Amino acid sequence: MQQHIIASSSTNSRLRARDLTAEEIAEIEHELTLYPTKQAVGLEALKIVQRHQGWVSDESMLAIADYLSVPVSELEGVATFFNLIYRRPVGDKVILFCDSVSCWIMGCDKVKKRLSEHLGIDYGETSAGGEYTLIPVPCLGDCDKAPVMMVGEEMHRYLSSETIDSLLPLRNVGGSK
Amino acid sequence: MTDRPLTKNIDLSRGALSLKDYEAAGGYAGARAIAGGLEPSDVLERVKDSGLKGRGGAGFPTGLKWSFVPKSDDATIQRYLVVNADEMEPGTFKDRMLMEGDPHLLIEGMIIAAYTIQASRAFIFLRGEYFDAERSIAKAIAEARDSGYLGRDIFGTGFDFDIVLHTSAGRYICGEETALLNALEGKRANPRAKPPFPQVSGLWGKPTIVNNVETLCNLPGILAYGVEWYQSLGSGGDFGTKLFGVSGRVNTPGCWELPFGVSIREVIEGHGGGMQKGYTLKAFLPGGGSTDFLTPEHLDTPLTYGAIGDLGSRLATGTMILLDDKTCPVGMIGNLMKFFAHESCGFCTPCRDGLPWVDTIFRDLESGKGSFKDIDILKDHVGYLGPGRTFCALAPGATAPLGSGLRLFADEFAAHVSGAKCPYH
Repeated sequence: MQQHIIASSSTNSRLRARDLTAEEIAEIEHELTLYPTKQAVGLEALKIVQRHQGWVSDESMLAIADYLSVPVSELEGVATFFNLIYRRPVGDKVILFCDSVSCWIMGCDKVKKRLSEHLGIDYGETSAGGEYTLIPVPCLGDCDKAPVMMVGEEMHRYLSSETIDSLLPLRNVGGSK
Repeated sequence: MTDRPLTKNIDLSRGALSLKDYEAAGGYAGARAIAGGLEPSDVLERVKDSGLKGRGGAGFPTGLKWSFVPKSDDATIQRYLVVNADEMEPGTFKDRMLMEGDPHLLIEGMIIAAYTIQASRAFIFLRGEYFDAERSIAKAIAEARDSGYLGRDIFGTGFDFDIVLHTSAGRYICGEETALLNALEGKRANPRAKPPFPQVSGLWGKPTIVNNVETLCNLPGILAYGVEWYQSLGSGGDFGTKLFGVSGRVNTPGCWELPFGVSIREVIEGHGGGMQKGYTLKAFLPGGGSTDFLTPEHLDTPLTYGAIGDLGSRLATGTMILLDDKTCPVGMIGNLMKFFAHESCGFCTPCRDGLPWVDTIFRDLESGKGSFKDIDILKDHVGYLGPGRTFCALAPGATAPLGSGLRLFADEFAAHVSGAKCPYH
């Protein structure tokens, strides 16, 4: 199998694919049974690796491209197209904060401000202890319960500055600014 | 018989019905009607006769769409059914309820659609953030497979059918059906040129039907209770029921299954409980973020594709977003423009470059740096980004709230310039 090698612009070092884990390979192999082409599994493979590694590093990108025999440039094109594939490290939990129209009407800007104060981070940043990464997300489709956000896989609804204060898992994180 | 065929089984406080309970409540009767001897052409005629229109936004007649799949008795030709479950239209929260609340209704609808077009395989293209829906659907698929309702020779019809649940990773353009097909093939989700239409050459070049979740959930009722019953549910030229939703400053925001032809007032003031104390309705988008603003004078309009279209807007997803008198209309439209600019796939120039320009102008207006010339540039963009100027419907969708908003809220736009700040702050 041809091994992809890319030059990293930041370090100028030549990167090599990491070894995919047995679990990652097993899950990718399962996906391969569901689709008629290897290319079709690209996004699923990226999500599988991200689930195990937390994010998709260059080394993971190369490994997936090799495994699926797709050009790494094409796989990168897919990875960067989707909002929820992380090409940089993220915190233990990603907070997807809905800033779309219904949540905006219901005051999500104020909620976001309070959340940012609590966590000591703005959009695109990770809290100092590595617990949370805050990312804005297009409409989460829960508009009758606005404002809303997702922490990991869990929805939080009817948010206000006060409810942010009472969301215990988030509390005190801001102290480690 | 029921007057709520889409939601009769839904009670979000207790979770979705199991296959056994769904069947006990009359479920899979539509699929059994097929097993009773209906040919694909019989089902197609019934769906055509029912007048069912696609619930994803465009309102295209479902039976007509299906009829474009080339006729062939050659069972070796792969055909695909694809469910568009990528609900990302701003202010839209209807398919989530169906998928979380009654996944077997969707699966039964898929069986009916797939049998009609003779598609042995279906993909559900589900929004990546809908984890609860993913769990609910995955469980239902497993139950259906265990019971032989999916797999080989389903319901003794000789028809093989199975479903793959695909979860996406967040990108609005995937709701455009040809972009969705590219995404399923593992490519960047840029829309494709049409023709060829997916019905002829879709997923991996095979005949493919893409239907919205709510559309498919209409099918079991049509087969179980008949066309006459279905048509008795609606009025004003549209048939059956529709999920209508209200978000914004009403007392009881929510999503309800109601017959076509119900008035906007009944939805907002009746089901939505009217505006919250201290807030007055100023305007609203009738069917999600890509529709033209309507105003309180339109409250007695019946909710049908035709009546809303006659007002120069669209029924689209049927989920209304309410603008109140305490919320800045320019800020609301600016929020939508930020969304559309972010979600442009970047493939065609007017959308890729025009929407960020529009977004920048709104930020300038908000911060008091806007000029009257900027407002003229926004008006120009309504034309530059309008229907026929772009590769797909994303940017034209953005011009709906933009163009109607510029007309309705001219004073508010001007006030942002003359006062050099947002007058609502």
